[in-house]
Amino acid sequence: MAQYSNYILVCGGTGCRASQSELILQNLKEAVRQNGLQESVQVIRTGCFGFCEKGPVVKLIPDNTFYVQVTPEDADDIVNEHLIKGRKVERLLYVNPETNELILDSKHINFYKKQLRIALRNCGFINPENIDEYIARDGYIALGKALTEMTPEEVIKEIMDSGLRGRGGGGFPTGLKWQITRKVQAPQKYVVCNADEGDPGAFMDRSILEGDPHSIVEAMAINGYCTGASKGLVYIRAEYPLAVERLKIAIDQAKDYGFLGDNIFGTDFSFDIQIRYGAGAFVCGEETALIHSMEGLRGEATVKPPFPSESGYKGCPTNVNNVETYANIPVILLKGAKWFSSIGTEKSKGTKVFALAGKVNNVGLIEVPMGTTLREVIFGIGGGIKDGKKFKAVQTGGPSGGCLTEKHLDLPIDYDNLIAAGSMMGSGGMIVMDEDDCMVAMAKFYLDFTVEESCGKCAPCRIGNKRLHEMLQKITSGRGNIEDLDKLRNLAMVIKDTALCGLGQTSPNPVLSTMDNFYDEYLAHVDEQRCPSHQCRELTQYFINPEKCKGCTMCARICPVHAITGSRKVPHTIDSEICIRCGSCIEKCKFDAIYVH
Amino acid sequence: MEKIKLTIDNREVEVLKGTTILDAAKSMGIRIPTLCHMKLEDLNYENNPGACRICVVEIEGRRNLAPSCKMECTEGMVVRTHTPRVMNARKTVMELILSNHPAGCLTCSSNGYCELQTIAHDLGIREIRYQGEQSTFEIDRSPSIVRNMNKCIMCRRCETMCNSIQTVGALTAVHRGFNAAVSTAFERDIAGSTCSYCGQCVSVCPVNALSGRNTQQPVLDALADPTKIVIAQTAPAVRTALGRDFGCEPGTLVTGKMVSALRQLGFDYVFDTDFAADLTIMEEGTELLQRLGKYLSGDQEVKIPMMTSCCPGWVSFVEQHFPELRDNLSTAKSPQQMFGAIAKSYFAEKLGVDRKNVVVVSIMPCLAKKYEASRPEFAVEGNPDVDISIYTRELARLIRYANINFNELPDSDFDHPLGESTGAGVIFGTTGGVIEAACRTAYELYTRKPLEKIEFKELRGLEGIRSGTINFDGVPVKIGIAHGLGNARKLVEEVKSGKSPYHVIEVMACPGGCIGGGGQPFHQGRMDVLRKRAAALYNEDENKPIRKSHENPYIQQLYKEYLGEPCGPKAHKLLHTHYFDRKEVVNMFLETDKNE
Amino acid sequence: MEKIHLPQSKIKELQAVCKEHDNDSGELINILHAAQEIFGYLPREVQEIVASELHIPVSRVYGVVTFYSFFTMTPKGKYPISVCLGTACYVRGAEKVLDEFQRQLEIKVGETTLDGLFSLDCLRCVGACGLAPVVTIGGKVYGRITPEKVRDILSEYYIREE
Repeated sequence: MAQYSNYILVCGGTGCRASQSELILQNLKEAVRQNGLQESVQVIRTGCFGFCEKGPVVKLIPDNTFYVQVTPEDADDIVNEHLIKGRKVERLLYVNPETNELILDSKHINFYKKQLRIALRNCGFINPENIDEYIARDGYIALGKALTEMTPEEVIKEIMDSGLRGRGGGGFPTGLKWQITRKVQAPQKYVVCNADEGDPGAFMDRSILEGDPHSIVEAMAINGYCTGASKGLVYIRAEYPLAVERLKIAIDQAKDYGFLGDNIFGTDFSFDIQIRYGAGAFVCGEETALIHSMEGLRGEATVKPPFPSESGYKGCPTNVNNVETYANIPVILLKGAKWFSSIGTEKSKGTKVFALAGKVNNVGLIEVPMGTTLREVIFGIGGGIKDGKKFKAVQTGGPSGGCLTEKHLDLPIDYDNLIAAGSMMGSGGMIVMDEDDCMVAMAKFYLDFTVEESCGKCAPCRIGNKRLHEMLQKITSGRGNIEDLDKLRNLAMVIKDTALCGLGQTSPNPVLSTMDNFYDEYLAHVDEQRCPSHQCRELTQYFINPEKCKGCTMCARICPVHAITGSRKVPHTIDSEICIRCGSCIEKCKFDAIYVH
Repeated sequence: MEKIKLTIDNREVEVLKGTTILDAAKSMGIRIPTLCHMKLEDLNYENNPGACRICVVEIEGRRNLAPSCKMECTEGMVVRTHTPRVMNARKTVMELILSNHPAGCLTCSSNGYCELQTIAHDLGIREIRYQGEQSTFEIDRSPSIVRNMNKCIMCRRCETMCNSIQTVGALTAVHRGFNAAVSTAFERDIAGSTCSYCGQCVSVCPVNALSGRNTQQPVLDALADPTKIVIAQTAPAVRTALGRDFGCEPGTLVTGKMVSALRQLGFDYVFDTDFAADLTIMEEGTELLQRLGKYLSGDQEVKIPMMTSCCPGWVSFVEQHFPELRDNLSTAKSPQQMFGAIAKSYFAEKLGVDRKNVVVVSIMPCLAKKYEASRPEFAVEGNPDVDISIYTRELARLIRYANINFNELPDSDFDHPLGESTGAGVIFGTTGGVIEAACRTAYELYTRKPLEKIEFKELRGLEGIRSGTINFDGVPVKIGIAHGLGNARKLVEEVKSGKSPYHVIEVMACPGGCIGGGGQPFHQGRMDVLRKRAAALYNEDENKPIRKSHENPYIQQLYKEYLGEPCGPKAHKLLHTHYFDRKEVVNMFLETDKNE
Repeated sequence: MEKIHLPQSKIKELQAVCKEHDNDSGELINILHAAQEIFGYLPREVQEIVASELHIPVSRVYGVVTFYSFFTMTPKGKYPISVCLGTACYVRGAEKVLDEFQRQLEIKVGETTLDGLFSLDCLRCVGACGLAPVVTIGGKVYGRITPEKVRDILSEYYIREE
């Protein structure tokens, strides 16, 4: 590898690519070439940096200068000013929103300061399409160590001692799972990587596969060694073309380097990885459904036991782990169980990646030690609520999780605390909501999702969730009554108690947790036919305050359905029959004359 | 085997390892309700998706309720089957299922037999608290089977039957979530699917979402029409099962009462399909000898093994799935169709009436027979040989409808000449019976020696696939027998690959043969019921004075007076048929670009 | 039955794909992905071919096709529009954006415009939550969409067509 004195890292994550980061990359390369710097400066497309809010992001090494919201036209300045003249391009630097000071390097950005990156260790640092860069950061050393210096039992013990638990949602101890699969006698076993990230609002698996695919390949091989499996399968969403592409490249490179294939590291161990595509079914995140899908069947869940570790893919013992779980494995073997278990809380070790999104200033992918409080995440890393609004709730665990409120803000995040608080870790979606979000509508949103994604096999999920959704529909349109609330709770409890799979059993959680924490809002909907957050359309109307309206006609022009009429310089009016409550007029009005009731 | 102790409803019980909670409870007299679960051990059929969640129970130390049908007992397990939590869950789930099921029980043909109705009653459901959108499917009426998916509760029993047991592959779950349903490929009508009309899906459906096509009214209309001569023919298997719908023990033979009932209903002649079965043996047996003769003399063209053709479900199956082997099917029509052909020619001529004024009603254990009767090649100038085919359960309904107290009826005999049959015709109703009957005749026709032992017990039994070799005076004739289309498929695959060791293969589409037909009173897969039905047929055979088809004097008379020789020109015209390629040919719908 | 035109070369391509997967029914989903790639959608005839190549009932193929939302039996528009309805996009107003697309195009979700230009679908999280609400048209991602931007986005394509 050539020795470069400077590296320009361009984020190649999906968010930044959507904002032309590919063009930025090309322009930077071109600028470097034009200035004859190609011997000393390397431009690299990396995986996701995490700070999606400020994307596209470009980072310069070695001084860690962090440029945000870069455009393709900025490439020349970055090369000419920064690299050649040694002057930072100030207009591209991150500004601390509280102090208004320019932040010169990434280490001083609040968003990064409080994070600890283990699973995301390589994301945003290496070119994911180059195995050498992975190797340069100790890649495949853990596999070599496991194969040549450790017995499978020793590796499993290390994983067990580390306290690593499944990051896909359930939190089952990873080492224990491996051990169970190891103990089942069978001529053929499989290890599976579950990359069917379906939680709407979580994208860590995608980012890891896009930013650091080799860590997954390495970890799966280690898993194969431990469990006695010679075949690995990655079940990945077809909607993630970039992740698929990079994973394929990684698998090919690993084969070329002998990290996959026969007699790896000169040992008896042989291992290969194949890719299987998901096709748009959330339920396939559930292991039994996932296995059926890989077998070319409808992704319907089956009753456990038997567990996949006894009888899984094609009836063979199958160990299924999630992407983020795998990403932790090589580091644990390199740095030791002791190190890993020193991070986190008593029962939840290590870190957790969260997709922080919603009404928070710094949307992005973050990784924090277990035990970090919600407050630190939302207000520290996340930079607080957007537009100075008031925090209302945070939803964790996606459609399987629940809403946590003000009173939970100082709760240290771990598996057990979240469950005790009526939510769950899930895969790590974390959606922040403010005062404008109606909690009943939120519950309805998630039920909407569950109804669409239910496999339809068991009666409680197939019909029960449909009925839950219909009741919420009734309530949010002002047709509900107080008895509906009791019926709602009973049905939610029964679904939780009787549904066949994890998706069904957790699907009522958004209803139960919002009922527990925001019962007043439910009451307002059924007793007063009122939506306190003015979000439920049937319960809100838009009005123009004639005293404030100057008749500027802005609202009438922006209204997509022409519901607003009025002459110039005369107060306007909104026709409620036509109005679709899109809120465009409120956003455009300079005089604060439009209000919702 | 290892034993396990556990406690169910405060009582200790010891069971074998691997026993489910449901079965353990059953052994103690605790009946946990189930809907989707169905296990027919002898048929190797198990539908156990754990999907209805009606059988949930509480297990100490477990977070949520457990489906007792799936959950195996473990040592020291403490199970409760009717706590308030369990009962509330069970009732709520039941209300959910009912909220998407039409409430028209009184006008449903399963009223009184419906498993959903029974459980709702036992749970004391008096209101449905959860109401909402209901599924709206068009009702699909095929000649044999009616699908009303609005009644479907997604137990998936039919899907398992159609795919795992019958390997017909017509039914599948489609879509997902609330829109999930059991349907056909592209949700076409059943008539446009690969369905063979065996009707086994109907016999496992707990709720009448799948039912037999109802044709009782046309029968009543014909009986009420003074210009029509209405003739009944009753298949052998019907008489062993009809009594079941009137409270008789399984396998009770009710031939005499059945004949009386049909007379009371107003049929002008009550004949026996068994007569036509004897006729079938004459034709099929002769055909077998002809084929074997050619085969043994080295003819490469002749299709061996010959496959029986009396079962219309099986014939459809071959036409749909293995059309390339359709020439292996015997060209002999089924007994139902032979009867119709003779009734509307020979008998009509005897009576001196036009065939259009003769109405032939067949009473069959079978739904596929309705389809068979409707096949256009079995009609003369649009007038079908068999006008209406009804199944056993329909006959029971007609008997009730006509105020007939079945159990009080005297026995009476079939009419002549088409009511006389031999023991060989009787055993047609059970698996192995056709080939045994054929052997009795073929042996004697071939060897010109009387059989020492009439019974070929080696061909009997209820194993799915059986085989035997009958020595025809130095010629070992190898026989394969299958019942259930899944078993049949295995034999056909061998034929297809040229590896079949048999000279002749008998297939009946339904498990057990016609005694387990899709039109019979539901046997719930109980093999003991099927065994008793089979035993009843063998018993009737034993008690018949004549037990070989070719010795039936009325058959001899028919050939002498009318048909001539078996497989002769007239017999061929009236009693033989041909088959079609019904495989869904993709290319039929494709306009491919040949120029490319 | 209306006949549909499938080019022989594409049928051959599909048969080759099946063969590449050893005509193994366990590979059904991977094969259907490839088939949809070849034909743009999965009409009845394509499913029949797949079933016959893999020696499975076509009902099974259809059961799988209708289970997974990624598979479609209707041709998509020239410019397939997908509105992300992931949670992050939802709380930032994706529903209103979706409504506006439906209104402007006069089609519902899952439908294609009469001129065949646009089809409208929802999807769940493209992993660009930082840009919420997000809309993708073909391969292009549009971030921070508001209802009033919808008309401009569509006119981009109308202009391109003229």
